[in-house]
Amino acid sequence: MATFGSLSLLIALALAAYNLLAGAVALRLLATGQPARIQPERLADTARRAGIAGFVAVTAAAFALVWSVFANDFSITYIMEHSNRDLPGAYKFSALWSGQEGSLLLWAWLLAVYGFVLRLTHKTDVRLYAYAGTILAAVQVFFLAILNFAAPPFSLMKGTIPEDGNGLNPLLQYPEMVIHPPLLYLGYVGFTIPFAFALGALMMRYPGEKWIKITRVWTLVTWLFLTCGIFLGMHWAYAVLGWGGYWGWDPVENASFMPWLTGTAFLHSVMMQEKKGMMKSWNVWLIFSTFLLTLLGTLLTRAGLVSSVHAFAQSSIGNWFVAFMVIVLVVCIFTYVLQRRHLKSEHHLESLVSRESSFLFNNLVLLTACFVILWGTLFPILSEYAQGSKVTVGAPFYNRVAVPIGLFLLLLTGVGPLLPWRATSIKSIRRNFILPIVALWATVIVCLAVGVRPWKDGSFDSGNFYALVAFAMSASVFAAIVMEFLRGGAVIAKQTGRNLLVATWMLTRRNTRRYGGYIIHIGVVIVVVGLAGAAFNRNVEKEMALGDKLEIGPYTLESIGGTQDTNPNYDSWYAVLDVSRGGKKQFQMTPEKRVYHASGQPQTMVAIHSTPSWDLYVVYEGANPDTGQPIIKAFLNPLVGWIWAGVALMFFGTIVALVPSQKPAAQKGGQ
Amino acid sequence: MGAPARMNLWTKAVEVMVLAVAVCFSLGATDASSRFNDLGHRLMCTCSCAQLLGECNHVGCQESGRERNELTAAIAAGQSDEQILAAFATKYGATVLAAPTAHGFDLVAWVAPFAVFAAALLGTILLVRRWSVGKTQVAAATDNDPAALALREKIRRETDTNNDGGF
Repeated sequence: MATFGSLSLLIALALAAYNLLAGAVALRLLATGQPARIQPERLADTARRAGIAGFVAVTAAAFALVWSVFANDFSITYIMEHSNRDLPGAYKFSALWSGQEGSLLLWAWLLAVYGFVLRLTHKTDVRLYAYAGTILAAVQVFFLAILNFAAPPFSLMKGTIPEDGNGLNPLLQYPEMVIHPPLLYLGYVGFTIPFAFALGALMMRYPGEKWIKITRVWTLVTWLFLTCGIFLGMHWAYAVLGWGGYWGWDPVENASFMPWLTGTAFLHSVMMQEKKGMMKSWNVWLIFSTFLLTLLGTLLTRAGLVSSVHAFAQSSIGNWFVAFMVIVLVVCIFTYVLQRRHLKSEHHLESLVSRESSFLFNNLVLLTACFVILWGTLFPILSEYAQGSKVTVGAPFYNRVAVPIGLFLLLLTGVGPLLPWRATSIKSIRRNFILPIVALWATVIVCLAVGVRPWKDGSFDSGNFYALVAFAMSASVFAAIVMEFLRGGAVIAKQTGRNLLVATWMLTRRNTRRYGGYIIHIGVVIVVVGLAGAAFNRNVEKEMALGDKLEIGPYTLESIGGTQDTNPNYDSWYAVLDVSRGGKKQFQMTPEKRVYHASGQPQTMVAIHSTPSWDLYVVYEGANPDTGQPIIKAFLNPLVGWIWAGVALMFFGTIVALVPSQKPAAQKGGQ
Repeated sequence: MGAPARMNLWTKAVEVMVLAVAVCFSLGATDASSRFNDLGHRLMCTCSCAQLLGECNHVGCQESGRERNELTAAIAAGQSDEQILAAFATKYGATVLAAPTAHGFDLVAWVAPFAVFAAALLGTILLVRRWSVGKTQVAAATDNDPAALALREKIRRETDTNNDGGF
């Protein structure tokens, strides 16, 4: 199977190289009109077919690796290092992306899947798709070259073949790890498609904004994958790492967040190009940057440039990525300089206070946030270069710098939709902003009254202050968005005689893009409320003998013993805790500690009791080596459930935005 | 109700809100200090787990236990936050601090994001203002041009309708 896999990768590389070369020659011939022996259209079609065949070859390679994992073929180094005989089936499957070579193969395969779909739908616009397909082939050549020459997944063990493998990293043996990395990769890899379209459209001086419309769906779907991937990663970190948090500003997390920010900026600014023919250069560079950031993220975490708690696969492929990024950047700059006249704006902004400028400021803030994260991630390297010693740039830095920027962005989320296009009058500002401002101040007063105050232990506390601001702004933005829904709904209710709820649904159906977007914004607001809850986290740690009690918030945890279990993959130790509230027993929690047989590594499995108000989060940290008693750490994390609920709403909003709008009956009849 | 009376009402409403906030702010800010928790979140555990000292959750982690003891002792000895952080940095190296300091080259880490944001904000405002002025001049010059009027009407039609404007 190793030979089959290696051969498949080699064939895939040859096909991708043909796709690139034949596609480039055909497009050159078409652009210049030079006579040639072969018709350029036919040549371009052979390139497209090579791309489709390449998908089959990469799929065969991915299949070979998965097959080898299930067949326990420990003659393959990768399988030996990332699997073992007793690994459950689902995790054997996830071994595909648990290491350097496998995750690169997954990247190449997903790119091949995207390319396959793109090449099958080429009739939408044959010439533009040919450009995009050729650019995709260039990216694919890069990944397949790495897989063939720098990080081959099918390299064989030297010497005696071991009976069993080292097993999968215990941190990755969690259900979300079966879906989180593929979703994240779908997001990363997916941004190659809008990049390819943007670069292709620029190369061919594509007339009109049709390419933007084609790219919109790809970008939105990709953005959705990346969003889900990031949040699943957060949930995994929360449930597995056992430190009570979900976001640690780790370089790997930052690497996924940066393209999300630029991708989000692109989704907003692209509307300006569609509607008013503005920000063309900006949009092109946004999508170029997003693609480059996906590569940079991989470089940072894979090449070991920065240390990370969960960079599971590091090697020396950094030089390959640096070289490829330089090539991509040079091609982008060259194409832009050559074709920039084509990107001249058709209109300009009329007022500083308008919907258009709110998009501009929204982009500005998103890109600043991206810069802050990039800066924080790279500063240790910069510091080492400048002063000879590394420094740590951890959560305190990001909390001070990124949180205010995030709150400003939240403010724009509310303000933007309230501003009319072109220009704003004082009258309209007064009319649109009264309710949100009342909601903001009412929330401040309520929060202060119930004890959410910007101080802790007698002194000013920035965490509490930001939480207060976040709650108040969230209420304000929520009021602004609901107002938008109700205003439109009231007009339709008047026109159709339906009740307000039905009318609001009809309104959403009539303009899914706009109102789907607003639903996403409500989701973001809910996520922000959940994140702000972290300012009030509490935790208690205690060594608990039988019958000992631990109190946290309204709960009392009583140790009623422990139990053990074993299976072929790991041994488990559970602490059994009765949880009571107000003197009445409510439920039982069983935090777990595992030790995996193959690797000998320990792992915590957190017990979480989630309510809308808070999560009771209990970690069995292990037994005290001196006394043998279990050490329990309990956290009370307010509002965490809101984060996952907000993400679900963001998911729903994106789906709504992807559904085509329904035309009103009168308009349908008129056509 | 006339405009001045409405304005007066709004002014009063704002005054009431500010007063209410001030009253709430003045209530009960007297809890005891928790410097250990604060400093524990400004220092890193040195066991290579890349976690904050206050969040390191490894049972039997020698480094975090020792660091915590040192932190407790330093607080008990009455050292200031700056003295404690400096002592840790001297003993364990600069990487023990969870964020760059505000001195020397480290200061760049803090200044750069805000400088970039301020520059970008200023640049955007100037750009929009320049465009606005340009637009006014062009509009004045083409007020009677039928093609320009038709174009403006087309833009108005496109941007005023409720048919677009989402993701």
